[in-house]
Amino acid sequence: MKYETPLHEAQSLGSAKTGVQHWMAQRVSAIALIPLGVWFIAFFTIFLTAPFEAAEQWLSSEWSVAFAILLTLCLFYHGYLGMRTIWEDYVPHESSRWSLIIATKLLCALMAIVAVVSILQVFLS
Amino acid sequence: MISSLKDKRPLSPHLQIYKIQITSLLSILHRITGIVLFGGSILWTFWLLALATGPDHYKTMQDFMLHPVGLIILLGWSFSFFYHLCNGIRHLMWDCGLGYDLTTVRRTGWLVVFSSFFLTLLTCVLGYLCKEIWS
Repeated sequence: MKYETPLHEAQSLGSAKTGVQHWMAQRVSAIALIPLGVWFIAFFTIFLTAPFEAAEQWLSSEWSVAFAILLTLCLFYHGYLGMRTIWEDYVPHESSRWSLIIATKLLCALMAIVAVVSILQVFLS
Repeated sequence: MISSLKDKRPLSPHLQIYKIQITSLLSILHRITGIVLFGGSILWTFWLLALATGPDHYKTMQDFMLHPVGLIILLGWSFSFFYHLCNGIRHLMWDCGLGYDLTTVRRTGWLVVFSSFFLTLLTCVLGYLCKEIWS
């Protein structure tokens, strides 16, 4: 037996809870990724066919390292936010949805940490 | 009683009944390219990991990417990047309240399609030129 009126039940559902922060974070990371992404695709295209020493040398300059770390952090943050939106929109089953969201978050954290540690290792060696 | 009334309500037309239009196609393409880019960012991490673990792993990674299958992945990745970039700028423009009328929406839509193809082609040319320079 439910004592809630249909209106009260509806009021606790839907948006207008904490969505603004997600929306804003998605836009801010998107704006940051415009210059970082263009920088990335240009350099990745240039160094795609480069010998090992040249690629290593590229990541030994402070500017490249700063850009690469910034890009990695923004990329995985934006990727997590985007994938989360997709799971929220297309997975109706609640516990599957949350499992996918948490798995995506952990994967993004892992990938970002591995990338940053690799960048620093190349830079410091 | 409420549930029996609900059962008799007509359903709104479902997705497949609508004709595909440039606006709806570009909208779903933004999500699809986003998923492709998510996969691409994992490739970026693997490339860095290969670079950090030495020339042998770097060579393996490079051979994989320059293999025809790898090149197709890279082509899809760069097209997805440019599409998501251009259409993302279009979305940011909408967030500022600009360009909402139907003619402008269609025009910017086609602009996004043409610029992403053009920029992908430019990237292929750059990649090819660099290959010649490095070898």
